[in-house]
Amino acid sequence: MAGRSRSARRRLSAALWRRPWLRGVALLLPPLAWMLIFYLAALAVLFVSAFWSIDSFTGKLTHVWTWTNFDTIIHDPTYRQIAFRTIWMAAAVTLTDALIAFPFAYYMARVATPRLRTILFVIVLLPLWSSYLARIYAWRLILNHDGALNWTLGKLGLPQQGWAFTNTAIWIVFSYIWLPFMILPVYAALERIPDSFIEASRDLGGRNWTTFRRVILPLALPGLAAGSIFTFSLTLGDYITPSLVGNVDFIGNVIYRNVLGLTNNLPFAAAYATIPLIVMAVYLILAKRLGAFEAL
Amino acid sequence: MRRIHRRHVVLAALAAALCVPASGVSSGTGGPSMITKTGKNEGALNLIAWEGYTQPQWVKPFTKATGCKVRAKYGGSSDEMVTLMRTGQYDAVSASGDASLRLIVGKDVRPIDPKLVPDFKNFIPALKSPPHNTVRGVHYGISLQWGPNTLMYNTKKVKPKPNSWGVLYSSKYKGKITVPDNPIQIADAALYLSKTKPALGIKDPYELTDAQFKAAVDLLKKQKPLVKKYWASAGDEIDLFKNGGAVLGASWPYQTNTLKAAKAPVADLIPKEGATGWADTWMISSKAKHPNCAVSWIKWVSTPTVQAQQAIYFGETPANTKACAIMDKLSKGSCAQYHGNAPAAYFNSIKFWKTPVKACGNGQNNCVDYTKWQQAWTDIKS
Repeated sequence: MAGRSRSARRRLSAALWRRPWLRGVALLLPPLAWMLIFYLAALAVLFVSAFWSIDSFTGKLTHVWTWTNFDTIIHDPTYRQIAFRTIWMAAAVTLTDALIAFPFAYYMARVATPRLRTILFVIVLLPLWSSYLARIYAWRLILNHDGALNWTLGKLGLPQQGWAFTNTAIWIVFSYIWLPFMILPVYAALERIPDSFIEASRDLGGRNWTTFRRVILPLALPGLAAGSIFTFSLTLGDYITPSLVGNVDFIGNVIYRNVLGLTNNLPFAAAYATIPLIVMAVYLILAKRLGAFEAL
Repeated sequence: MRRIHRRHVVLAALAAALCVPASGVSSGTGGPSMITKTGKNEGALNLIAWEGYTQPQWVKPFTKATGCKVRAKYGGSSDEMVTLMRTGQYDAVSASGDASLRLIVGKDVRPIDPKLVPDFKNFIPALKSPPHNTVRGVHYGISLQWGPNTLMYNTKKVKPKPNSWGVLYSSKYKGKITVPDNPIQIADAALYLSKTKPALGIKDPYELTDAQFKAAVDLLKKQKPLVKKYWASAGDEIDLFKNGGAVLGASWPYQTNTLKAAKAPVADLIPKEGATGWADTWMISSKAKHPNCAVSWIKWVSTPTVQAQQAIYFGETPANTKACAIMDKLSKGSCAQYHGNAPAAYFNSIKFWKTPVKACGNGQNNCVDYTKWQQAWTDIKS
């Protein structure tokens, strides 16, 4: 019994050794199946159902191909405005995070002592250990009319801010929440620049600004592009932050309301969900050109 | 590379095609059967309720008495409640009038014989067989409580005391106003217009012709720059009033009670134009896994004591007339305060939430239906 099973095992291993492709299939099949069934199939269903509609009287799905959903999204100014607002916010948050993250990551990678670098790492990563919701509610307490920020401004004799539940609040909170996702790839890119490159630039007469512009920035660009993928896509898909600290709809809020609303209009939600998908596809192609995937 | 790509697409399309039949399963003909008798309690109960409807002070004794362990989820709006009920994961829902008919038409709830609820005979006549939960003499649920949507204000910041919904549409308190994030809010604007612009001829704020609907939507669009925040949950509005973000708002009595308990300077009133309101019904899901516990729950919340507790906690009016005496015992004068002994005329003055449909009350078929209300609301907020 034991002998037979051992010989079977041996035969199997021999077969695998003789056919390398079989090894590859056996190794990749489980993750590939997972990817196909749970990820790509879900995306395919999403895309297909975007072309269906629901009967306005019974609220049931009708499986008839139609462009109506996309027609509404393109021609109705409301949905266009919401889509542009979301994309615009994602761009603003990405730019803000890039501007804040770059000097911070530069200091971490090239100036700070190893000890200080560890401390800075902890500071960057620590917020990720607390709940995302808790951090958003903390910002509500800060930005409120009678909140921590206005209290501080009042003590300093400065004018009060009225940012609570405005787009400014959404912008601040998004920029804060996604900042670590920008700092880390930029840090990784900056750390990889050999000191000799900078010395070489100096030897060739490059001043600080020229060295920064012609050597450091191009080499850090893949890191910035990689970080921007996170900040951009996370902002594009988030609907909780706008509903908690803002007073306007984002793409995600419209999808949410169509899924959890009377009309239960899943086809429209699916159609609207293709907008961030398309935007992200274009974005990823551009980011790949900038070498973002080598910096991840 | 290109070949792999094409193969991916084919596989994905195949997977999608396989998934299609599963999503098209529909229910059979005929409605769910009526509950006429009850058996042994199942030991658990999953509820969808309005915030404040499942407080420990009456849920804990219920569990002790019946052995039904209550798990409750708050519904933020009638839309959300209907969608949650359609998942089939819940046993019962405290549906308002704008949700109950949708649930009945959708066959999502089971009829119930009111004889199962001993306190039913003590209910005010208007809530025994109201049109929002009784269709052709069949009861699809048991009424619970009712009340008006109120105007809440900060007594220190808002002077003089307001007496018209007009304050929510005037720029005097710009940036200090909060209203519910709910399409049914269009009815509040329509109610205000029915009194201030009689030329529009609005009779019922839920039955609006295109022109009347447009006037209400335009009013709300003008209101938008004045609004600090469209509140999504009662807690949102309470926060806003606590921290000074808002001093005026469309509200439920629940928020006023909670804020007053926290010593915040607030008060509420029904403005001279009247008010919209709600009349809630506990309804049992046609897919309920714990129907006996659900019936026990309905019996429990219909008793005078629980009716009185909930009325005082939420600030609404009980359906059970016997609750009045207990309310006064629990908190002196509360029965009169929450209209527990008010005449039928008061009940009739409130425009209760109902689902807007194409058919107007006057036999015509040119009213704006709720799908359009939802679209308009997205438009107003954008």
